[in-house]
Amino acid sequence: MKSAVVQLPGLNRDRDMIAALTKISGQAPVTIWQTETEIPDDIDLIVIPGGFSYGDYLRCGAIAARMPVMQAIKQKAEQGVKVMGVCNGFQILVEAGMLPGALMRNTSLKFVCKDVKLEVVNAETDFTRAYGKGQIIRCPVAHHDGNYFVDADTLASMEDKGQVVFRYAEGTNPNGSLSDIAGVINARGNVLGMMPHPENLIEAAHGGSDGRGLFASALDVIAA
Amino acid sequence: MTIPNSFPITPELVASHGLKPDEYQRILDLIGREPTYTELGIFSAMWNEHCSYKSSKRWLRTLPTKGPRVIQGPGENAGVVDIDDGDVVVFKMESHNHPSYIEPYQGAATGVGGILRDVFTMGARPIAAINALRFGAPDHAKTKHLVSGVVAGVGGYGNSFGVPTVGGEVEFDERYNGNILVNAFAAGLAKSDGIFLSEAKGVGLPVVYLGAKTGRDGVGGATMASAEFDADIEEKRPTVQVGDPFTEKCLLEACLELMKTGAVIAIQDMGAAGLTCSAVEMGAKGGLGIELQLDQVPVREERMTAYEMMLSESQERMLMVLEPSKEEVAKAIFVKWGLDFAIVGKTTDDLRFRVIHQGEEVANLPIKELGDEAPEYDRPWIQHNPRPDLAAADVAAPTDYNDAILKLVGSANQSSRRWVWEQYDTLIQGNSLQRPGGDAGVVRIETHPTKALAFSSDVTPRYVEADPYEGGKQAVAECWRNIVATGAEPLAATDNLNFGNPEKPEIMGQLVGTIKGIGEACLALDFPIVSGNVSLYNETNGVAILPTPTIAGVGLLPDWQKMARIGSAGDGDVLIMIGTDGSHLGSSIYLRDILGSTEGPAPTVDLSAERRNGDFVRSAIRNGHVSACHDISSGGLGLALVEMAMASEKGMTVSLSEQRGPAHGLLFGEDQARYVIAVPADIANFLQANAEGAAVPFRRLGKVAGERVVIDDIVDITVEDLTIAHESWFPSFMA
Repeated sequence: MKSAVVQLPGLNRDRDMIAALTKISGQAPVTIWQTETEIPDDIDLIVIPGGFSYGDYLRCGAIAARMPVMQAIKQKAEQGVKVMGVCNGFQILVEAGMLPGALMRNTSLKFVCKDVKLEVVNAETDFTRAYGKGQIIRCPVAHHDGNYFVDADTLASMEDKGQVVFRYAEGTNPNGSLSDIAGVINARGNVLGMMPHPENLIEAAHGGSDGRGLFASALDVIAA
Repeated sequence: MTIPNSFPITPELVASHGLKPDEYQRILDLIGREPTYTELGIFSAMWNEHCSYKSSKRWLRTLPTKGPRVIQGPGENAGVVDIDDGDVVVFKMESHNHPSYIEPYQGAATGVGGILRDVFTMGARPIAAINALRFGAPDHAKTKHLVSGVVAGVGGYGNSFGVPTVGGEVEFDERYNGNILVNAFAAGLAKSDGIFLSEAKGVGLPVVYLGAKTGRDGVGGATMASAEFDADIEEKRPTVQVGDPFTEKCLLEACLELMKTGAVIAIQDMGAAGLTCSAVEMGAKGGLGIELQLDQVPVREERMTAYEMMLSESQERMLMVLEPSKEEVAKAIFVKWGLDFAIVGKTTDDLRFRVIHQGEEVANLPIKELGDEAPEYDRPWIQHNPRPDLAAADVAAPTDYNDAILKLVGSANQSSRRWVWEQYDTLIQGNSLQRPGGDAGVVRIETHPTKALAFSSDVTPRYVEADPYEGGKQAVAECWRNIVATGAEPLAATDNLNFGNPEKPEIMGQLVGTIKGIGEACLALDFPIVSGNVSLYNETNGVAILPTPTIAGVGLLPDWQKMARIGSAGDGDVLIMIGTDGSHLGSSIYLRDILGSTEGPAPTVDLSAERRNGDFVRSAIRNGHVSACHDISSGGLGLALVEMAMASEKGMTVSLSEQRGPAHGLLFGEDQARYVIAVPADIANFLQANAEGAAVPFRRLGKVAGERVVIDDIVDITVEDLTIAHESWFPSFMA
């Protein structure tokens, strides 16, 4: 049950993610640098953390999605390894074509950092088993481009297949996302992307631990 | 083909470099010949107000800068303070006022970038940022545009770099209409044996250029920041630099990685006056000469002249003296992070600053004198005339206290700043224990199980205007008090002195009076100044800003589990005021925002009462006797109570019957050294007995209960109505 955190220039929540994975699993994740083309075989969970990879110049996640390390991550995902992208990590997975949809600029056109409520729409994924279906959790967001969009047909199919995993709840959609979507999973169920930051809400010092379930799910399942 | 770099030195050219005729004569006397064009630029960069502190130096020397915890005081990139266990906090505040008015987004962004660089140049990883912003009147035509740009710029840089913004100030006053203030603070964490300084050591060692390439942006920026604005302001846009937080983030990681290898002998960031200032400082401090080969400088524009390269303020650049045996290691780290790495010169033993471009020596100056022999002025100043007293009884009481309180909590200056700080990443790094909206921002020390640091920045410019000396004291006292209100022990501070034109004796008098006040307060509160910045000439068309000496301080919490917050009052808690009954309405918010007057003196700060009351509150918090705490400042007891009620989402029942004086003085008086605390009911008597024992004045006010704030029969407002008023102003203003 080993995890890895991808490090790219400009990502800045890698340290938060490493701290969360270490605290929850008791084991520090390995780190993977942008130029690496092979990911160790014993890695069961790859996390792409948040930040501003390559300055988010051109388009959020666009440059990162084309780095060599992403090819390696894609291969691992195809083999069934779990991949989780948070914030910029979500944007990168979308840009890499590993998740459907696109993340546009927030409708406010401003960066937003605040606590929101999330509904766990699908509690049967490898990332959300620790939660109950329909459970409302608290989670912080911190992003400029989290406005999720996908075409109507794809959305309908995603809904059918349970690919919408998290929705902003109780009127807290901070960015104008279509259908209040905060997190989605691929059809196979091993690649999750979400804008909110569960890694920043895992202990009393954070004012709550609602985010812990995500890591507990992903890591527990690995243990099983 | 060589690039032309020589112009005849005319009196006009000298004047356009911001050098006065007598200053130019000083240059001629010093070097015994006419300077080259490049040398004139170098002198202009080194001798302007911004870099040389020529008007303020004489007075800054009087500030207390030492203390048992001070490891590095003013004079380096940032101050360094011991926080036990081999940990140190490195911090500084710096202004970026002039650029932010000209180009608000980039001006503010590069202000944040500059202060972050000051901190990590010293080997510290930045862990917190705060910023103090002052804008013109809300109804001034430029204000909204400036607020929007500055806030986006602060966020754009800090969020991308990855430092949490945990506090700050936003204030509006028409006196900033033509000259806004952007004061950025950053703090970082290092180990006491891992501090890096700018003092070069060793002859013949490589001087290395790191980071981004040099362009023409910001050429002459420091000189611009040392002059008043006039109608030509639009022409100054090219002197504002453009920030790239992505490069800065890479530079941070590369520098910290490099510092671990033992390759760094000295390091200095290129801030104001870029390559000139950093090279001269490294050499002069180390008693060495520096020779620069400009052909080796990485440039991003073609045909840059020596003059432009020496004065460019392109961002995200560093200069370093490298241990030669580690050259390959160092280079590899910078290549990994995609940054430029170039050996651009060497240290020498001749104490000369030599600059060579295209085989020609374009500057050859005595390096120590460039800094040490900068002009220093004892500018004439006039003592401020104290304003006559203003008794509360002579100030009209509000006809309706509910209206007055709702108006104040929903006013431009007292309303919630949520609109601003929700654009800042306040929780990145996962250590933010108190985010903006309370008395101070608090960040835990990741590597320690219980330690945390508290940060606050404060100044009340209307007090400084009314009385520079008391206003200077008050800025320090309020910063100290806000830190105490979390339960932290205030350790040290940084000052960012923003004033008008020091050549006017009344402005110089403000500066002198303020520094005297700051010095006295810092001494009395054991709160030394360890770094700082002076920003003068904040005037437009001859009108000066309100004198604004921003004080930002750092405090230590040994155990953050025992920290107090503004918003954690519980039902049934007893409300107690620490300090004396309010009565001082001179220069108050009540007077200004309800009665429309700015008259009256500033409140006097009794520093021994400040210390005694603060020490009592801190010890009560640490003993676990306090469930919520808030300092009493602008708006007096009345605003402090409703602010605690809103933050706690609880009502209050309060009586002023124990107190003496007119009700509006009790509620809105801005007397100093005061706090409101909420105390569990079973501890209240015990705490009061302790206060009596410590000779700390206090009043029992009432209790936390219900959903309304009720004060005798004069105030009765629901917390919901207060909150709506408090939260509405900013979003509707910016809509």
